[in-house]
Amino acid sequence: MATQHSRSAARLMMAPAVILLLGWMLIPLVMTLWFSFRRFLPNRPDIVPGWVGFDNYVRFVTSSAFWPSVQTTLIIVGGALLITIVLGVLLALLLDQPMWGQGVVRILVIAPFFVMPTVSALVWKNIFMDPVNGLFAHLWRAFGAEPVVWLSDAPIFSIILIVSWQWLPFATLILLTAIQSLDSEQLEASEMDGAPPLSRFFYIILPHLSRAITIVILIQTIFLLSVFAEIFVTTGGAFGTRTLTYLIFQRVLESQNVGLGSAGGVYAIILANIVAVFLMRIVGKNLDA
Amino acid sequence: MGRIVLDKVTKRFGSVEVIPPLDLTIEDGEFTVFVGPSGCGKSTLLRLIAGLEDLSSGHIEIDGADVSTVPPAKRGLAMVFQSYALYPHMSVRKNIAFPLRMAKLDQAEIDRRVSNAAQVLNLNDYLDRRPGQLSGGQRQRVAIGRAIVREPSAFLFDEPLSNLDAALRVGMRLEISELHKRLKTTMIYVTHDQVEAMTMADKIVVLRAGNIEQVGSPLELYNRPRNRFVAGFIGSPKMNFLEGAEAAKHGAHAIGFRPEHLGISLTEGEWKGTVGVAEHLGSDTFLHVHPESGGETITVRVDGEFSARHGDIVYLTPVAEKIHRFAADGLRIQ
Repeated sequence: MATQHSRSAARLMMAPAVILLLGWMLIPLVMTLWFSFRRFLPNRPDIVPGWVGFDNYVRFVTSSAFWPSVQTTLIIVGGALLITIVLGVLLALLLDQPMWGQGVVRILVIAPFFVMPTVSALVWKNIFMDPVNGLFAHLWRAFGAEPVVWLSDAPIFSIILIVSWQWLPFATLILLTAIQSLDSEQLEASEMDGAPPLSRFFYIILPHLSRAITIVILIQTIFLLSVFAEIFVTTGGAFGTRTLTYLIFQRVLESQNVGLGSAGGVYAIILANIVAVFLMRIVGKNLDA
Repeated sequence: MGRIVLDKVTKRFGSVEVIPPLDLTIEDGEFTVFVGPSGCGKSTLLRLIAGLEDLSSGHIEIDGADVSTVPPAKRGLAMVFQSYALYPHMSVRKNIAFPLRMAKLDQAEIDRRVSNAAQVLNLNDYLDRRPGQLSGGQRQRVAIGRAIVREPSAFLFDEPLSNLDAALRVGMRLEISELHKRLKTTMIYVTHDQVEAMTMADKIVVLRAGNIEQVGSPLELYNRPRNRFVAGFIGSPKMNFLEGAEAAKHGAHAIGFRPEHLGISLTEGEWKGTVGVAEHLGSDTFLHVHPESGGETITVRVDGEFSARHGDIVYLTPVAEKIHRFAADGLRIQ
């Protein structure tokens, strides 16, 4: 049987890649689980490593930093999603218009996506948000206003701004392709049906974009939950910008409590999966319709 | 009411003039068909009337009012698009109700008109479905429904049947004709299919490269084509043309005669030729005859019972009074 032969041959040839990927994923996962049940503080020779059961899990959740960090995470994810989708739709509409230099403008719009998170956060911190030499400070002074100390006065908003700037191109790109796939006759039909521009947007364009928007939400949520570099290089987790990811980082690397951090990591995995299941359902429903 | 007058209408895209100055009057209640080969500007002309394209110059009047710069929605016209352009996320009911909602009619009136339209178009069972769940013909009917609820002064159809299969097309053709008889509203219908034009129209406008070649009733166009282009475009199979010596005998640059206006005989006749391909339709047979004198094949329409095989010698004689004569510039000679 040729097909059966080729099928088993295919399995054999795929095996290295599958094993590699499984190892890549499973080993860290299993190690995280392993550590999460242990007392393990490498820098404290006085504390003997050993099994502690669910102690780490209980301590992580009952710590006073836990709920605020969940809240911060949700605010940052929600804020960035809101900004990127609203602006993304508007930008996509704009870029869909025929204009001079369209190709160049599109590349410029996409550019922020190629900048590393660390770099973009540093750029924002030093060039825009610096209270003395930042561009915003100059702008504020030009209007006679007192410069805002962005990262300590509006720390969460600043981080949302930085993250949104990075993810806006992604949202714009996906929404732009979605807008371009809209049948122009539908717009013309609605125009003949007497729909003014705003109604055309809400009744025709937005429903057409709903699937693309859900996909943007899905993908961005998964990436935004793990935002780290932007916080690390700007506030360092101070001023209430400590997200769940950042809290785990602090537990493991700053307090050197590997066990406690690992338990936090497991919570993060569960949270991400809950979100993913939710979003998968929404996307699935959308794909059926 | 729906009398539409085009006065020296032109349309340019950049430096390309797709519609040179054009005058046309469409009477109230008339079923007018714009027909022509693809790229002749018939769709552009329709879109100019609809207001989806801006005029480069000239005026369009609907019922005496100049609407040249009036936005599409305010012209009181309804359009059915080639792709139907239904709103995929709305149910059939909402699709049909959309123009009424935009016009801010009250709900009772909307419901009344929608159910009327559904009645007329046999859509009652599908009102709560999405367009994606309908067949091509049903979608077409929804698109027409969305047009009729507005009670427009004229309907515009942009090649509405070209996405349907042949059998459905014939059915929808009848339905649209019937709708016109019932509503008695002006309809402008764009097609590249001369059969649709002939069967549906009160008035056919034959277009070529943005120019009106001829305006007239289907039979006028068939019997008295103004020039060679119209003669060749209207009628199926196409009219045969002969140039040179044969045409000179009739005092013309070219003569044309329709396949159905040729006598055929196995023994004697004006032109001798060999039968090439024979297309049997049952009721008729189209013979493609290669004339002995050379030149283009002549198509003959004969009775379905006529038996002629490939390679047979036949003699053809045109019906004298059905010969169309054309001058060197393509115009008909009277």
